[in-house]
Amino acid sequence: MKNSKPTATSYFTRDRAWHPKAYAPGYKSSVLRAPTRPLIAIGNSLSETTGPAFGDDIIGPLDNDLTLNFARPGESAIGERILVHGRVLDERGQPVPKVLLEFWQANAGGRYRHKKDGYLAPLDPNFGGCGRTLTGDDGSYAFRTIRPGPYPWPNGPNDWRPAHIHISVFGQAFAQRLITQMYFEGDPLIPICPIVRTIADPAAIEQLTARLDMNSSAPMDALAYRFDIILRGSRSTLFENRPEGN
Amino acid sequence: MTNTPNAPLYPFRESPSQTAGPYVHIGLTPNACGIIGVYGEDLGTAMVTDATKGERITLELRVFDGGGAALKDVLVEIWQADAQGLYNSPAERRGNADLTFTGWGRRAADLETGVLRFETIKPGPIPFPDGRMQAPHINVWIVARGINLGLNTRIYFRDEAEANADDPVLARIEHSDRIETLLAKGAGGNYSLDIHLQGPRETVFFDI
Repeated sequence: MKNSKPTATSYFTRDRAWHPKAYAPGYKSSVLRAPTRPLIAIGNSLSETTGPAFGDDIIGPLDNDLTLNFARPGESAIGERILVHGRVLDERGQPVPKVLLEFWQANAGGRYRHKKDGYLAPLDPNFGGCGRTLTGDDGSYAFRTIRPGPYPWPNGPNDWRPAHIHISVFGQAFAQRLITQMYFEGDPLIPICPIVRTIADPAAIEQLTARLDMNSSAPMDALAYRFDIILRGSRSTLFENRPEGN
Repeated sequence: MTNTPNAPLYPFRESPSQTAGPYVHIGLTPNACGIIGVYGEDLGTAMVTDATKGERITLELRVFDGGGAALKDVLVEIWQADAQGLYNSPAERRGNADLTFTGWGRRAADLETGVLRFETIKPGPIPFPDGRMQAPHINVWIVARGINLGLNTRIYFRDEAEANADDPVLARIEHSDRIETLLAKGAGGNYSLDIHLQGPRETVFFDI
């Protein structure tokens, strides 16, 4: 038997005080859906450091354009036209290339195309509300949509979600899997939202707030917002010589 | 200037998680929720083809809240090795996995019953970083309204008692009576497991 170096990469430990806690009673649904026993720490084996990859073949030409991908021919969704773009990086600042991002959101009036959404605001016949894209070699991504409206929800007697877009991200490992929400700079509903407030640290909330990016807007067409997404960093570099670097 | 005491050693922090919310289906299983025509099919629906090697199994999961109600709005992803214990992932460097097996599945619960049904294969064993073998298992990631950060757990198989007894992850569970919460039961390739988020039968969740 020969000695061999460990083969498994591992990822930076999640800071669970930076993330929202499971039990956050201001967000009532979390009360019965939060585990009460401590999580068992197991670190990363190959089960956690591998993960699915998706190829360009799954991405259709309109998948990253929510203004058009559900619209009737010659029409488009109603609302404030925006581009959302940014980069997916890890905690070392390295780009995370060729990973799948998926987006979903309400329409301009705050109504979701979902049979459980009974809000009075009408559906937009030209807006479905889902989109997806792969990051480029430099971790960059972009999609076009309309700015979603705020909507009321049955939590407190008068709670309203800020305008937000849900974002699902695959990294290169199942351990990096993440779902979050993107908010819009300057929205006064952000600091009073019970879901936002599941996050304790104001700097973490700021990290979920997209900034208006006039330099990336399309004149006479669409405003732009910049939103970078950070995934867990990898520990692999120091002792291992991987073909892709880190 | 990372040598400056107050400067962060690493430039960024992980984007904080937020709940997937009750309408997660719009983004992740749009066809199943009636948004037809945007994508050809929902990702993660088909894990196997006729050519996939290994023992075909079905896995029926339900997820319960602390009040004993099945979650009707939960979404679960599973990730597992092929029959040889290899992952269909660019990060797999031990060999070539069965390319007819994706290893990754995604389901939204049935809106009436809360059941999530996966058609897959029984995975092979996987080495732990220290070289010991892990028993066959499936990694599980659970998101839903009310879950602020996706929950990680694993499914093991009750009929792999010998391998389970030597599994280095199950061995980390100090209260060994809780191992039971991770064991899918079944016969004839049909397995089922109830996951309890909270309460006396609370499932073991992992910090990975």
